[in-house]
Amino acid sequence: MQLSRDTLLKAYRQMSTIRHFEERVQEEFAKGGIPGFVHLYAGEEASAVGTCLHLSAEDHIASTHRGHGHSIAKGCDVERMMLEIFGKKEGLCAGKGGSMHIADLGQGMLGANGIVGGAPPLAVGAALAAKTLGNGSVAVAFTGDGGSSQGTTFEALNLAVVLQLPAIFIFENNEDGESTGWRYAVGSGDIAARVRGFGLPSVKIDGDDFFAVYEAAGEAVARARRGEGPSAIEVETVRFFGHHSGDPQRYRSREDVLKLREERDCIKKFRLRVTAAGLLERAELDAIDRENAALIERAVARARAAPPPEDAALLTDVYLAY
Amino acid sequence: MALKSIRQAINEALFQEMRRDPRVVVIGEDVAGGAATAGERDCAGGVFGTTKGLIAEFGEGRVIDTPITESAIMGAAAGAAVAGLRPVAELMFCDFLGVCFDQIFNQAAKFRYMFGGKAKTPLVIRTTIGAGRGSAAQHSQSLYHIFTSIPGLKCVVPSNAYDAKGLLISAIRDDDPVVFCEHKLMYDLQTEVPDEPYRIPFGEASVVREGDDVTIVALSRMVHYSLEAALALAREGIECEIIDPRTTSPLDEETILESLERTGRLLVVDEATPRCGLAVDIAALAADKAFAALKAPPKRVTAPFTPVPFAPSLEKLYIPSPERIAAAVREVVGYRR
Ligand SMILES: Cc1ncc(C[n+]2csc(CCOP(=O)(O)OP(=O)(O)O)c2C)c(N)n1
Repeated sequence: MQLSRDTLLKAYRQMSTIRHFEERVQEEFAKGGIPGFVHLYAGEEASAVGTCLHLSAEDHIASTHRGHGHSIAKGCDVERMMLEIFGKKEGLCAGKGGSMHIADLGQGMLGANGIVGGAPPLAVGAALAAKTLGNGSVAVAFTGDGGSSQGTTFEALNLAVVLQLPAIFIFENNEDGESTGWRYAVGSGDIAARVRGFGLPSVKIDGDDFFAVYEAAGEAVARARRGEGPSAIEVETVRFFGHHSGDPQRYRSREDVLKLREERDCIKKFRLRVTAAGLLERAELDAIDRENAALIERAVARARAAPPPEDAALLTDVYLAY
Repeated sequence: MALKSIRQAINEALFQEMRRDPRVVVIGEDVAGGAATAGERDCAGGVFGTTKGLIAEFGEGRVIDTPITESAIMGAAAGAAVAGLRPVAELMFCDFLGVCFDQIFNQAAKFRYMFGGKAKTPLVIRTTIGAGRGSAAQHSQSLYHIFTSIPGLKCVVPSNAYDAKGLLISAIRDDDPVVFCEHKLMYDLQTEVPDEPYRIPFGEASVVREGDDVTIVALSRMVHYSLEAALALAREGIECEIIDPRTTSPLDEETILESLERTGRLLVVDEATPRCGLAVDIAALAADKAFAALKAPPKRVTAPFTPVPFAPSLEKLYIPSPERIAAAVREVVGYRR
């Protein structure tokens, strides 16, 4: 498969933005200033970017608690995401949602989600709207290996097949759901095959390989746009950080985590591949990294300095306040 | 007696009941943790550490980690309860009730009555409530009023470690489904807790503080905020009686009404939202059964009628504070017809 230089650069820029964003959020969380808890996406960048590169703002995605990467890949403003994570007034959700509820409907981002299995039915709804309106757009649900066993997910898969909707289900299998291994929680031991049982095409791919994600997602999106119904992709991936920042991660060893960073880094692999093939220069990739570092630096500085929501905001955005 | 936290008290109650009765099983997500990982089994022991250590003593057969599948957890626990087990099922955050309500309120709660009194459903659902951790709209609610409103369910909302242990043991030995609501910010709160097992009966409120000027009915974390307010008010010469119902269903109406006969003034403090909640319920009780004794309209301090906001400054405003409680007491006490 041939990707244009522009697409390759865009893919690298987005994956690098997500990585810089997440590494920095982890640091800032440790320093204090970020309320609540954050679930970081570092390690899984190829999945969000390889999928969302096929989408426009008219297409919808519905995300998970681990939603920063999906949001960035779908075009959410990085500074306003950071502001939201810090709980500030100018955040994407006015500081009322936080990390777990980042949403930008204008970009077709239906929200990160605090409820595991919350996203698939919502994406089915967006796909239903697309089909009914006949506007040619599609909807993507991101779900984890843990969320793949939730009843809402099964129901959404079936409904998408029954109604032949332009929906794509991406199952990001990062091996653990909180502290429970996916091999324990997925009884059949094969997410992609289980999904196939619902009557939709479903493939398993190597999520460390951006190109594999890009290709599989491209086919699924094209199928949906042609009106041929839903498909699913199980992306085998890893998360570099714990379930949430502060997770002591006693379900895996420090060495295991270091090894993941060494051996299963989708961004490193992308760099090696495009530079070895002479498609992109190392220097231009380094320049993108530097730009991203600066972008995130600005975002954090702005978020730290920004004002919180005004107290009156407590009682706005509801139809009635008592 | 030793000082124990609510976390320890709950853990101890589970150990003691599981030793006493082999039919007691614990089921839920990450109640042990580490299943099919390269790391430690029991590395979670529940996300709040309340079920830690159980698997080592009772094994995987009785400490059951599940997939993320709340409907099946609650339904399986209800089914197992009518079929001879006494499950303690964990709903990690009460907000996840949204995923599994049918199995709780159409199934478990209905069996006894709907089957003409034949069914026993000795099921405990342990869940967590409360805002204050920056966990935003889907991980911070206090939904005990929903459980309370369902005939067939009992609902426990403990405010300290002593009560938590005694009430959990009662819940496990109860033949009806019981929802047990633990406040996420109170797990480390310590009180004296006896080592041996003991029961606290349902429907018996605890009078946390005595006073003649106003009756404050408060639940869970609000009991402590009310105590703080009462200390400040005492310096102004206002003596608050604080009643912790401990169980919202059954509700100890008698203790509240007796207190109202003396004070003639009611304030209900509730971290939950204001409509159709415990505050309304208890205010209605006063209007209904203590009208003649009332010297002032019953007053409520609750969260606003909004989802829980994320930003810490807003979340702080959302949760009833000791200052708001004290101000409300002053209003009730200062009321003139
Ligand atoms: C309905 C529901 N149940 C449980 C949780 C608690 N929880 C949050 S994330 C998570 C694990 C999710 O695992 P997975 O779907 O594999 O996503 P990952 O965290 O690995 O990205 C759990 C159990 C929740 N938020 N919602």
